[in-house]
Amino acid sequence: MLDKNRAGDIFQRIREHSTADEVEALFYGTNSALTRFANNTIHQNVAEENCVVSVRTAFGGRTARATTNKLDDESLKRVVQASENLAKVQHPDQELLPMADADKSVRATRAVPSRYFEQTAAITPEQRAEVVGKIVSIAKKRDLTTAGIFSTSESVEGIFNSRGLADWHTQTSSEVSITMLAADSSGWQKANSPNVANLDPVALAELAARKAFHSAAPREIPAGKYTVILEPAAVLDIVGFMFYDFGGLAILDQRSFLNNRVGTKLFGDNIDIWDDVGHPLQSGAPFDGEGVRRQRVQLVDKGVVKRLVYARGTAERMKNSEHKDSVGPIEPTGHGFPLPNEMGEAPMNIVFSGPREPRTIDQMIASTEHGVLVTRLWYIREVDPYEKILTGMTRDGTFYVEDGKVRHGVRNFRFNESLLHMLSNVEEMGTPVRASGEESFDMVVPAMKVREFNFTEVTKF
Amino acid sequence: MKDLAAQALNVAALRGASYADARVADDRSRALSTKNGKIGSASDSESLGIGVRVIADGAWGFAASDDLTRAAVEATAARAVDIAKASARVKQHDIQLAPEQPVTAEWTSPFQIDPFTTSVEQNLDLLLKIDSELRSVAGVTLAETNMNFRREESWFTSSEGANIHQTKYTTGAGYAAHAFAGSEIQKRSYPNSYGGQWQNKGYELIGELRLVENARRIGEEAVALLKAERCPEGAFDIILDGSQLGLQIHESVGHPIELDRVLGMEANFAGTSFLTLDKLRTLRYGSELVNIVADARQEHGPGLGTFAFDEEGVPAQCTPIITNGLFTGYLSSRETAHTIGASRSGGTLRAEGWNRLPIIRMTNVSILPGEKPLTREQLIASTDHGIYMETNRSWSIDDKRYNFQFGCEMGWEIKGGKRVRMLKNPSYSGITTEFWNSMDAICSRDEWVLWGVPHCGKGQPQQVMGTGHGAAPARFHNVKVGSAYKGN
Ligand SMILES: [Zn+2]
Repeated sequence: MLDKNRAGDIFQRIREHSTADEVEALFYGTNSALTRFANNTIHQNVAEENCVVSVRTAFGGRTARATTNKLDDESLKRVVQASENLAKVQHPDQELLPMADADKSVRATRAVPSRYFEQTAAITPEQRAEVVGKIVSIAKKRDLTTAGIFSTSESVEGIFNSRGLADWHTQTSSEVSITMLAADSSGWQKANSPNVANLDPVALAELAARKAFHSAAPREIPAGKYTVILEPAAVLDIVGFMFYDFGGLAILDQRSFLNNRVGTKLFGDNIDIWDDVGHPLQSGAPFDGEGVRRQRVQLVDKGVVKRLVYARGTAERMKNSEHKDSVGPIEPTGHGFPLPNEMGEAPMNIVFSGPREPRTIDQMIASTEHGVLVTRLWYIREVDPYEKILTGMTRDGTFYVEDGKVRHGVRNFRFNESLLHMLSNVEEMGTPVRASGEESFDMVVPAMKVREFNFTEVTKF
Repeated sequence: MKDLAAQALNVAALRGASYADARVADDRSRALSTKNGKIGSASDSESLGIGVRVIADGAWGFAASDDLTRAAVEATAARAVDIAKASARVKQHDIQLAPEQPVTAEWTSPFQIDPFTTSVEQNLDLLLKIDSELRSVAGVTLAETNMNFRREESWFTSSEGANIHQTKYTTGAGYAAHAFAGSEIQKRSYPNSYGGQWQNKGYELIGELRLVENARRIGEEAVALLKAERCPEGAFDIILDGSQLGLQIHESVGHPIELDRVLGMEANFAGTSFLTLDKLRTLRYGSELVNIVADARQEHGPGLGTFAFDEEGVPAQCTPIITNGLFTGYLSSRETAHTIGASRSGGTLRAEGWNRLPIIRMTNVSILPGEKPLTREQLIASTDHGIYMETNRSWSIDDKRYNFQFGCEMGWEIKGGKRVRMLKNPSYSGITTEFWNSMDAICSRDEWVLWGVPHCGKGQPQQVMGTGHGAAPARFHNVKVGSAYKGN
């Protein structure tokens, strides 16, 4: 795997090939493997090694990017030239900033804990197969069929620029996702961690199996507004759709649901949201696509949207815009995407604060007269960008709750729910955990009990 | 490249693989975009590497590397065999591949102008011209344009003796105008949403799309939507434009017919399918007018699912999927063909790149146009009361592909055969087979367009793939409209 010293040498060669005013190189390297199973069989089992260098050149207000996965001299020359060719023909953009300075980028931030674990990097195909074997035996013992993945990887990410900035991040990841299928029901669990020792695939398999067992012979109950208990994965998959709107550029482009709403109370008093790459349950590199160190930012305080995140260029534009007095503090926060791009920035290390009195899922069930317990949401898409209405389905373990007890499985619902409405109606919350779904990036979120959640249709299973 | 692949196959055989294939792929792409008069992206990308797929001890293994030195290619092949042997520890049956005659072949997708030879400066100028047309309309608050090119060259070699060299060009372009006012954001896109139209063509596609000519109208429609009335709720006859019907096919026909989903192989992520094996040639999928094929052959047109051979060396085919309303076929592979009693794969295995295992993907899953001449305007004129919907805005369907809901950018109420008023926020929902059985008219060949869906996600690790969907405007009877906004 590429290390910072070798990447630094490659960057020097890139500089020598370039005639641009400024040069930046991003490095991404990965050594990853994923064992996939279905029908109680390992049916796909893959591994990949790849390393990419992405070069951005700039000539006074003009910038472009070219990327290659070949690091020999000729390829580096070619990629530099490709980037320069795309940059030189542009009309200059007066608002394009010089590249980030090394010293200004490395500001005091909370130390990010090590996210590299030797034991994760060292996992072999045999060890993954052994874990899958255990999951399959749990399925067989209960007459179920299982499908899922167990993956492990190590990766590096780095940035260098001609103003002397150089930063590097190394990390490992491991992930297990398990579906248990019965004749007319299913259950699901998923978890990930930089440290494979934190995963407990057997416990997850047992829980997924219990969900499949208890949701068997699902009954149809009518669509309508229900109190729902959303497990953390369900919460993360739905709330994830709003964070792209917390970037300053989304406001400048007037494509955000926060247009004219920063500083106003949009959610309940019990909603506090941070972006915090240094949080012990978070993952990822502590710098953004321009090499700016990621700041810890409070986005929502007691239901009020306090502030946005900014790439360097967006912060400058915002300071000169008509919105400058109505969007809270304006400064680069280290959330920019690699330039040039259309999206600007977004907070991607979301952490919800826990409530004063966290409830377990069992306690939420016990306090519910009529309601629906949701394991997972699926195929979520935005219906309305300003009211933030999202549609999607429940999946893999949906239950009817009555008089404080889980009664039986129910057929899956389609929802059409506004996030403004949902996050104003949170009655109880759990302790935030690192959760992982399929629709949004991983985050630290609690389970939530939400009143009047809007189910509009029922499907056939 | 051929030699590299041969080396990989040798090592795999020596290590005990009973079958092996190697795929070297060289992928090149360019993305240009603008936003409100500025460059959004200007980037080139290239990726070259090898993927080796093997069967050992009756189970699959796959390994891929960007390193094409001899030592690395040999190590990658050996790694694939080790992985296959680990897979064999958790298996129920040995993998059996349907027989396929190995071929030696060369193919390049037809194109007139290599898009990578065109002037970047002129391309950016074209996008900026569209941008200024869009923003010349008062009330347009955000204009976005894009142009994308891709060239994929691959060398496929198998231990059975296949040797196939293919090169494919893809071009895509489109734009959108957004209008924000009060408490609402409206949007219009052209020629389609989410990046416009995409085909396996060269730069000639850009001229055919008439991008500049339509820009002002699109801007005006985005602004007009702010003042339009909201689409009503209830049961209506609806007419869908071809691009929306293409996505409807993708979600409610294309995915459920994937045999790997049907067999549970995607159960943890993409989901399964309501089309259990007993439904083949027994299920009335749609009305008599519904004829859908999965056609990867060049004669179907320059779709994103057009090729000469799939990525296990099986020639492109046309499989009838729905024939006069009856469900008649699945998308299959060499591994899965036997489960439907087929003697041969339907040829649908594709991978996102050299670093991904090929899996079953839609080719061009297209509805055939109506035989009687019928234009979109004639179809509207023959509709007494209904809603016409155009251009997708949101899409969602459950994990067995029964219940769907789609939102469109713009609707029109039709009364007495005429468009009487524009409607904002149109949406419709239903159950797949009920919906297809309600189709009572489809326009003819002149209205048929082979649309491209460039971003279909499937598999773990996830792979993004382009699929083709030929469609003409069609009418559906008594469909549930408006539930997306119900209760909100
Ligand atoms: Zn798809």
